[in-house]
Amino acid sequence: MMKTAEMLEVFNRQRGDAIVIPGRGGRFWVELSEQPERDLPLGDPAMGGHASFALGLALALPNQRVVLFDSEGDVLMGMGALPTIAEKAPANLYHFMLDNGVYATTGGQPVPNADTMAYETVAQGCGYPATYAIDNLEDFANQIEEILGQPGPVFVALKIDPEIINEPINNRPQWQRKTRNQAVADMQAELGIGG
Amino acid sequence: MAELSPARVLAELKNNGVTHVVWLPDSETNFLYVLMRDEPSIDLVPVSREGHAFSTAAGLAAGGQKPVILIQNTGMMESGDSLRGWGLGMNTPVVMMVGYRGWTRHGVITDTAAFYTERFLHAFNINYYLVESDEDADRISVAFAEAQREKRPVAVLVGDEYHGFNVSR
Repeated sequence: MMKTAEMLEVFNRQRGDAIVIPGRGGRFWVELSEQPERDLPLGDPAMGGHASFALGLALALPNQRVVLFDSEGDVLMGMGALPTIAEKAPANLYHFMLDNGVYATTGGQPVPNADTMAYETVAQGCGYPATYAIDNLEDFANQIEEILGQPGPVFVALKIDPEIINEPINNRPQWQRKTRNQAVADMQAELGIGG
Repeated sequence: MAELSPARVLAELKNNGVTHVVWLPDSETNFLYVLMRDEPSIDLVPVSREGHAFSTAAGLAAGGQKPVILIQNTGMMESGDSLRGWGLGMNTPVVMMVGYRGWTRHGVITDTAAFYTERFLHAFNINYYLVESDEDADRISVAFAEAQREKRPVAVLVGDEYHGFNVSR
C-alpha cells in the first residue's frame, strides 16, 4: 500500500512537462505541483468519466504527454472506456488508477469485489499494450521511469491506502484553487489553444 | 416527405469543421458510418456507453478540437449525469446529434423513448433543433453556431433517423 501523496511525490520527479489530470488525487496534487498551468484538477464533474476525458485530451494533443490519476470506483463505473482507449491507442496517454478498495469520499464502503479484482488484467484484456500492478512505493519508484519511458496507452493499477472522508460534502475543506473552467482555460493559454 | 441523406449530414459536419465524431451506433446510421469511415478529415471515436461520449467530447474540446456526438435518444437519457457534469458543467461547446427513435408526426407516439426525449432536454435546459429531411439540414449549422457561441451542448434531433425507423413508414 502507498499513501497517495507519497506516490504523487515520486511521480512528480518524473513528470517532465506532462499535462496532469489528478482525478481523486487532486487534493494532494495541488500541494505538490510546480506547473499548475499544466494541471487539470477537475474534481469530480461526473463519476466514471475521467478516463474518457483523458482520452479526448490525449487525442486532441498528440504532442503532449497526458497523465491521468483515475480511481477504481471511476473505472468500475466507466469500464467501457477501456476498449475505446485501447482501440484509439493514444501513444501519449498514461492511465494510472488509484485502488484503495473503497469509496473513500462517501465514508469508506467497499467497492464491488474489492478484494479480488485484477484491474491490470481487465485493462490488458481490453487491449492496453502495457499494464502494471504496483502495491508499494519502492516498486513504484523503481518502475516509474520505465512506465513513462514507453509509448502509451499504459495502464498502472496502484494499491493506495484508504484515506477516508466521512463529512457531508458541504462541510469539507475546499482544496481546489481554481474552477474547472479556469483550469482548462489556463492550460489552453499555456499551450496556445484558442478556447 | 423528403429524406435526410447521410451525405448531407456529413457535408454539414465538414462545413462546421468537425474533427472527431464520438458515437455509438444508432438504429439506422450505418450509411452515415460508412461515409464517415471513409472521410479522412474526421476521426471516429467509438464509445460503448453514451455517457462516455460527453466526457470524451469535453476532453477533445479542452484540447482545442471540435467534436460532435452522435447517439440515440435512449442513450442520451441514460447519460444524464455525464451531460450535466461533462457537458454543461465543463461548458463544452458540442452538438449532439440524437437519433429520435420513435418520433413520428403521423399519429400518436407509442415509443416511450420518443415520448420522453424532449421532456429530458427541457429538464436539462438543452436547446434543440428537429431535422427530418435535407430541407431542414441547415439547422445543423445553426446548432453548431449556437453551441460555440453559448459554450454549451446543443441537440439536433434526427427525426428521420436516416430513412428507416419511423413507425409510419
